[in-house]
Formats: sequence, structure tokens, C-alpha cells
Amino acid sequence: MVFLFYLLSAVMVISGLFVVFSRSPINSVLSLIVCFIAMAGHYILLNSQFLAVVHLIVYTGAIMVLFLFVIMLLNLNRATIPQKTSMTRVAAVVAGGLFFLVMVAATRLTFEIHPRYPFSSKIGLVSEVGKALFHEFLLPFEVSSVLFISAMIGAMIFGKKDKESLPQPPPKEGA
Amino acid sequence: MDWILFLYKFVFLIVIFLITLVVAMYSTYGERKVAAFMQDRRGPNRAGPFGLLQPLADGVKMFMKEEIIPTTANRMLFILGPSIAMTTAMLTGVVIPWGGTITIGGREFSMQIADLNIGILYVFAMVSIGVYGIMIGGWASNNKYALLGSIRAASQMISYELAMGMSIIALILTTGSLSLHDIVEQQQGWHWNIIYQPIGFLVFIICALAETNRAPFDLPECETELIGGYHTEYSSMKLGFYLFAEYINMFISSAVMATLYFGGYNVPLIDQLGLSQNTVTLLGSLFFFIKILVLIFVFMWIRWTLPRFRYDQLMNLGWKKLMPLAIFNILATGTYYYFTAFN
Amino acid sequence: MQTLTNRSKVVSNKKMTFGEWIYLPAIFKGMSITLKHFFKKKATINYPEEQREFSPVYRGQHVLKRDEQGRERCTACGLCAVACPAEAITMLAAERKPGEEHLYREEKYAAKYEINMLRCIFCGDCEEACPKEAIFLTDRIVEAKYQRKPFVYGKDILVEPVDADKRIDVTKRQTQNVLKFKQNKRFAHNR
Repeated sequence: MVFLFYLLSAVMVISGLFVVFSRSPINSVLSLIVCFIAMAGHYILLNSQFLAVVHLIVYTGAIMVLFLFVIMLLNLNRATIPQKTSMTRVAAVVAGGLFFLVMVAATRLTFEIHPRYPFSSKIGLVSEVGKALFHEFLLPFEVSSVLFISAMIGAMIFGKKDKESLPQPPPKEGA
Repeated sequence: MDWILFLYKFVFLIVIFLITLVVAMYSTYGERKVAAFMQDRRGPNRAGPFGLLQPLADGVKMFMKEEIIPTTANRMLFILGPSIAMTTAMLTGVVIPWGGTITIGGREFSMQIADLNIGILYVFAMVSIGVYGIMIGGWASNNKYALLGSIRAASQMISYELAMGMSIIALILTTGSLSLHDIVEQQQGWHWNIIYQPIGFLVFIICALAETNRAPFDLPECETELIGGYHTEYSSMKLGFYLFAEYINMFISSAVMATLYFGGYNVPLIDQLGLSQNTVTLLGSLFFFIKILVLIFVFMWIRWTLPRFRYDQLMNLGWKKLMPLAIFNILATGTYYYFTAFN
Repeated sequence: MQTLTNRSKVVSNKKMTFGEWIYLPAIFKGMSITLKHFFKKKATINYPEEQREFSPVYRGQHVLKRDEQGRERCTACGLCAVACPAEAITMLAAERKPGEEHLYREEKYAAKYEINMLRCIFCGDCEEACPKEAIFLTDRIVEAKYQRKPFVYGKDILVEPVDADKRIDVTKRQTQNVLKFKQNKRFAHNR
């Protein structure tokens, strides 16, 4: 089990590095997929099969497909990525470092984990997750679903074209 | 570590893989025969008696053909594509209960490789990963038609996965479990889920056709528009892997349908015959395979009857018809159980 | 508008009824039709084992006939080559030497006679043009080959064997009318 943990961690770290350092966006996305699959493996090691599978379905199977989809459609090549000057690179490194510092400062106290409940090996199983969602966190769960619905409706309104802005059909002959 | 169990699982896994491959092989033969019979022809009948060696001949042909990788293709991803398609297709068979329990030497062995308590979701996860095989292959070919095919495949799979998931939710409401083994055990006798979930089954079978890229939803590979779609640039056994993965997917989705809606390995009234446990199990497995083969026949039957959908019709059907139907089904099922469970 | 058959239907864009809108009845109807065809008698045959009956005047591979004494009838007049619309026939004439009377019927014979079976359209004009009743089309089928070269048939393939039991039978195409036509032709040619 410990061996599996280290193997999955290594896969995750290496593929994560690939995501950042890979030059072609497609390879980045593919390494991110590998990273996600390794993460699902971690969930299984924690005995939360439900979370693992949902992670695979939602993130690996749907969201990353959309990522890949967009990248394929845009057909990003090396030529289309604007070259950055060394000045912007330095600025990016400084900004990133500062952001990292702020994050460390903000989360410093939470590094020591104080679990609210004693760890139960059943916590990730489907029945436990369901009970937690529909008893304890019923209201936030439902509110978040309303949020998603509103996001969907918003996207639909954006996607819908105005009747006026559509090109008018050419007048019929003889009319 | 329990070595006997480990050995049993290992052998059983290999047997299931072999059966999957053989069934997939012979479904290519079956498809050609069914197509021929429905068009008043005879079909392949030259290789061996009734042409039964045709799949072998096809396999040899696939291996002997010249292997072409286009110079502008992305070499690594070009090879990765069919491998992913094949692997994910094979992996799904792991959670399907192929039979009851069998007793060998006083020990009970389950005829299922892994009884996950989230079996159905595992199938979904594998199906949703399977689309990468098509997407990566289509993109790596560096060909417009292949790219169009793979984009169609991705959008089609995502669209129909939603309706499929919705139809499954209604089924889970009736069974109360995500484990395929439990779902089968609940369908003892004639309590097949199709009786309780006819609308759900209808949605599921339509979505299964779309997920396996079978006609009338074979837009990702339609010859008339995309000259083969995502596998336009593929040749030799890499093409064979794509085609083979499609047949494996068909076999697995038939097995899933037989498990979920047609009682899996349950044989009605077999308990009254007074047979021994092992005989019942083996008969059940046989019956299960017969169900699967019938469903595969239905898949082929539909393919050689219905013409292909247009792309906008496909999306309309998925989002505007199947989704509302599946949601209505969930509502109806939920309402029914709400009122019966509290009486 | 007048229609060729009475089966054509006028397309209408009327609103579909609910039964039509859900499509399922139409799909099941279609599937029942294909299932019916599944059990129907096959329209095709197992070709090399079973063969369909040929018409008596089927035009297949040519034969160069010999006469009753086993002499070649062809006199290399070249009328068949002239008549051929596909220009598939070539020949080389030669004079009969003394002592070859048992081989060739006339004084002149075809030393080389070739038909390119890839060019031939099996129209039968050569047979009609022949004044000596030498060339006939038969109900044999030209074999498929992998190369182009073997399709140029020479005398070794075209001329029928001498043995009486191995002769190619063309009596089916020689009806009374044909015989009369050929006879007239021979007289006209010899005149």
C-alpha cells in the first residue's frame, strides 16, 4: 500500500511538472489527465471509491474532454503563442513568488491537521457521502445546485443570438 | 494473502478477456452475416464451414497490411490513440457479474472479478475515458476529416452520457444499490428491471448506441461525409484495434444492459428444478451470454435498418428529447417510491 | 403529371401526429421489415458450386472451330478483325505448304490469331462477320487473372481440340435462321 502511494505520488508529481513545462498545449492536457487518473488512485487508497469514480467521470471524462476539445478546435501551435520577453518572465516569477508567499502565510496555521471528526475508513463510500450531503449539508448542496442552474441559464442566454442581429434572409424571388 | 483466491481471480480475468476477444471477433463475422441476410445475400461463407474462419482471415489480413504513419502526424499520440481505445474497452468487463457463485473444492468463488460497490459508475468512468482514444487518434492524424470525426465523437459522447446517467439514476432509485452484483440479485425470477423501468431502458439503449458509435449514431466515422472519420489515416492493426474496440464496446454494453435490465444471470424458475448449485450457476452464465448475444443481434439489427442521423438531429434528440424524458422518468420513479415507501 | 408507376407519393409537410412524432412505431415497422428479409430466400447463389443457367445464345469466350476432319476452318480473311468495334482481334496470315492439308482446310490460314480479352466487348460481330463458320462465341466464361498479359488469347487457347469428344459444342446457337444466313454468306464470299 505504501509502495502504491509513492508510485501514484511520483506519477502525479512528474505529470504535474509536465503540465507546466510542456511546450505543446495538447501534451499539457494529456499530462493533466494522467495526473487526474493518479489522483483517482489516491482516492481509492483512501477507500473512497465513490469520490475516485466521480472524479474520473467529471474531471477526467468530461471537463478534460472539453479542454482537449477547445485546444483541438483552436489548433494552438507554437507560432501562435506570443513570445515573452525576459522582462515579462522576471515579472511573472516575482509575482508568482509573492503569491506563493501570501498563500503560505495565509494557510500556515492549517498545516497541522485537526480533523473535526475521527477518520473513518467509510467516509468516501457512496452511502456515507450521500448521508452527509442530504442530511448535514442539505442546504448548501441545494443552493449550489441552484447556482449551477443559474450558470447554465446564463450560458444559454449568452449563446442565444438576438433576432435583430441575425442576418436577414434574402427576399424571395417574385415577392 | 489468499493465494488460491488470487490464482482464481487471475485465471478468471484471463478467461474473461479471452471470451471478450472471441465474442468481439465473432461479432465482426456476425455483423457481416446479419447485414447479408437482411439484404437477401449470403455473407462470408468461403473461409471454413459457413465462413466461420473469416475472423481469423481478417485478423491475419490486418496484421499483414502495411503499417503507415503519416509524416505530419504526431507519432507518439498516433500510437497511443488505438491503445487507449482498446484498453478502456477491455477494462469495463471487470465489474460485470458473469455468473453466481461456483463451489470448487468446498470453497465458494464468485464469477465476478471485482464487486465494486459503485460498479455502474465504474462502467461510466471507463466509457468516459474511452473517448480519449478516439479524440487523441483523430487529432494526432493531422487530418481535417479525422479531427472533425474526433470532435463529433467527443461532443456526441458527452451529450449522450448525460441522458444515460439520468436513465441510470431512475434505475438506482428502484434498486437502491450501485453494485452490479446487488442489482442482479434483486432481479430474481421474473423481477427484471425492464418491467419497472421501460422508459429508462429505452433511453439507455439509445444512449448505448450513441456511446458505442454504432449506426444510426455513427457520425464520428461516417464514410459518406468524413471518409472514415477519426480512423481515416489509420492502417494495419492500429485500424484493427479501433474497429475491434468498437465491437468490444458493443459486447460490454450489451452485457451491462443484460445485467441492469434483463436480470443478468438469473434464469426464471430455475430454483424449482432442484439442480445443484454449480449447475445452476453455469446455466445462469449460459443464459446470461444468450441474453448478451440477443442484445448484440438487436444492435446489428438496428444498424442495418435505420439510416444515419444528421448532426443537428443527433444533438436535438440527445438534449431536447432524451434528457427531458429521462428527467421525467426520474421524477415519476421518485414520486412512486415516495408514496409507496411511506405507506 | 403522369407518373411511370402508380406508387409515387406526393410529399406533404403537414404537421406530424403524436404517433409519428415519437418515431418509435415507424422504427419498429422498419425493423420488422428487415427481420422479414432475414428469413427470406437469398437472391444470390454460391457461385462456383452453383451456376445460373445461361441463355443458349450467351456470348462468352470465343472458339476457333475445326471441321469434321479436324482441319482449322479459319482462312485468315480478316473480316472479323474489320468487324470488331473494339479492335481486339489481330491475325497473321500464312500460305498452306504441301503436306499440311490435314491441318488447314483452305490454302491460306492464320499463323497467328490473337484476341485481347480485355478489349473484347463480346458483341458477337466477329461471329456474324465470319464467312467460314470458324469463329463462335460460347457459353464459357473468360477466367480472371492477376496480370494483363495472359488476357491476350492466342491460338493455343482459342482453337478447339482435335479429339471428337473434346470439341466445343456450338449447335445451340446454330438455329435454322443462322445456318441459312451463314450459308448465304459463304456463297457470297466464295463468288
